[in-house]
Amino acid sequence: MSARSRKEGRLGWRITQVMTVLVYIFLFAPILATIMLSFNDSQFGGFPITGFSLRWYGVLWENARVIDAFQTSLWIALVTAVVTTALGIVTAYALVRFEFRGKQILGTLAILPALVPETILGVGLLILIKSIEQPRTLTILILGHILLALPYVVLIAQARMVGVKKIYEEAAMSLGASRLATFREITVPLLIPAVMAGALLAFTISFDNTSASLFWRPAGVETMPTQILSMLKTSISPEVNALGTVMIVMTVGIPLIGGLLVQVVSRLRRRRTTRESAK
Amino acid sequence: MASQFPPAQFRPVRAPRGWSLYDPRLAWLLVAPAALLLICFLIMPILVMGLYTFYTFVTAGVEEATLTFANWHEFFTDSYYHGFLLKTLRVGVVTALICGVVGFFPAYFIWATDFRQKWLLLLLLIMPFWISFTIRTFSWIHILGEQGIINVWLLKLGLIEAPLQMLYTEGAVIMGLLHFLLPYMILNVYVSLEGIDRTLIQAARSMGCTNAQAFREVTLPLSLPGLAAGLMLCFVLAAGSYVTPQLLGSGRDALFGNLIYDTIMGQLNWPMGSTLSIVLFFVLGSVAAIYTRYMGMSQIVKGLGG
Repeated sequence: MSARSRKEGRLGWRITQVMTVLVYIFLFAPILATIMLSFNDSQFGGFPITGFSLRWYGVLWENARVIDAFQTSLWIALVTAVVTTALGIVTAYALVRFEFRGKQILGTLAILPALVPETILGVGLLILIKSIEQPRTLTILILGHILLALPYVVLIAQARMVGVKKIYEEAAMSLGASRLATFREITVPLLIPAVMAGALLAFTISFDNTSASLFWRPAGVETMPTQILSMLKTSISPEVNALGTVMIVMTVGIPLIGGLLVQVVSRLRRRRTTRESAK
Repeated sequence: MASQFPPAQFRPVRAPRGWSLYDPRLAWLLVAPAALLLICFLIMPILVMGLYTFYTFVTAGVEEATLTFANWHEFFTDSYYHGFLLKTLRVGVVTALICGVVGFFPAYFIWATDFRQKWLLLLLLIMPFWISFTIRTFSWIHILGEQGIINVWLLKLGLIEAPLQMLYTEGAVIMGLLHFLLPYMILNVYVSLEGIDRTLIQAARSMGCTNAQAFREVTLPLSLPGLAAGLMLCFVLAAGSYVTPQLLGSGRDALFGNLIYDTIMGQLNWPMGSTLSIVLFFVLGSVAAIYTRYMGMSQIVKGLGG
């Protein structure tokens, strides 16, 4: 019996289809509304749309605070992505390849930052800093972001690492490669998809972080999300819509292009290996 | 394994300095940076926060290290805090349940469909995670607000005289939370559906089950782990939220997270803020603990790792 005939004429399946379409509309309608309104000529942030205009993007470009916040967030996210990826890969390597005391505890602990509400992480770190009378600095903010991104990178790297047989590493070492060279030449290249995915996710988590950053940011420093929040305090302006659209294009575009590049590179590499093996 | 195999001319597999290949000491060196970060930025803060709950509040921004139960006494006796806690739990439960019911359909659809471009549907589910949470939340103002699409249309069609007050209500907060949490739920249920051996369903059908029976007796029970993980995750994230009530709710719709923020950043009452944080930590932590007691961590891990 084919899957199709099994499903045909079933009311339940119809309802499932309709609900699925509704859920997708629910997920994307507000975002599309924001993008549409960013091109609205009206000086109010809402509907109705009165005409097409790019002027709010011009206004945005002139807004020094927004540009500042953007640069701050970009740097924080870049550093977070690089450090978290390195940290996460090494941790996942140890968690998958080694047996050691406390492995279970560390494995659970590494996931915890993703499950504890950010407000609690935010308050906790703030109080710790206060109790040892240290000022809030950019370094602490970045370390906080690394903590928040770590669980995801470790999980992704672990999942991939399980699929990489340790025979490969042991073969390299038995042929005389040093431990470090083996890690560099064998382990890391085999983990490239996880490295890329982890780095992208860490970047997005940092770039997007709101609640915890409200607690941790140094006085006078705005990140992109906290800047948007403060712009929303009065009312929703067309400028915020334009800013939202720029961010959406960036944060959706970068991973999409990144993912595409990974696919192209791996396809090229596969083609090269098949050609070499054919020789 | 490898040690039995290599011929004599190969160097034996050994790490430097006489350590064995998978020496625990090396493992400890490798995890040390991450462990240090987790200790300094996760464990220590929670411990210090626990200590702060017993500090004495003097005036805004000032407290004394004189140990007292005053904060805990205030929390347990003042119904103001109980109201916040109950409302937060209620919003969390309602959000998680709606997520579970609504989110099951797309997860089931993606799993069961013959549609070739399944990856596209999954990609669309992951995409919201890339879009700034703040932007996703404020975009609801364009749907529910006075100048939102619903009000503008209803006014134009003449169905209403004045704009409906939909924004800055508890309903709007729940709507925003659903928008944020549905992808988590759908992906969790989908992952667990994907793990079902499809021949089981064929077996049930061949034994005379109707489609509905096969779904009820085989598919649904086997997808419950994912559903449970999704419910837990949605509840914890909803009950811990701060930005959504801030943007979409009125002062009355503030949740526990907002209360904590105001106590710390507004009133600068650090001891009370710590007390409230520890309360939320224990309430949500015990929900998560009950869950892991029965279901284990593995499902959550699968859901988070995509």
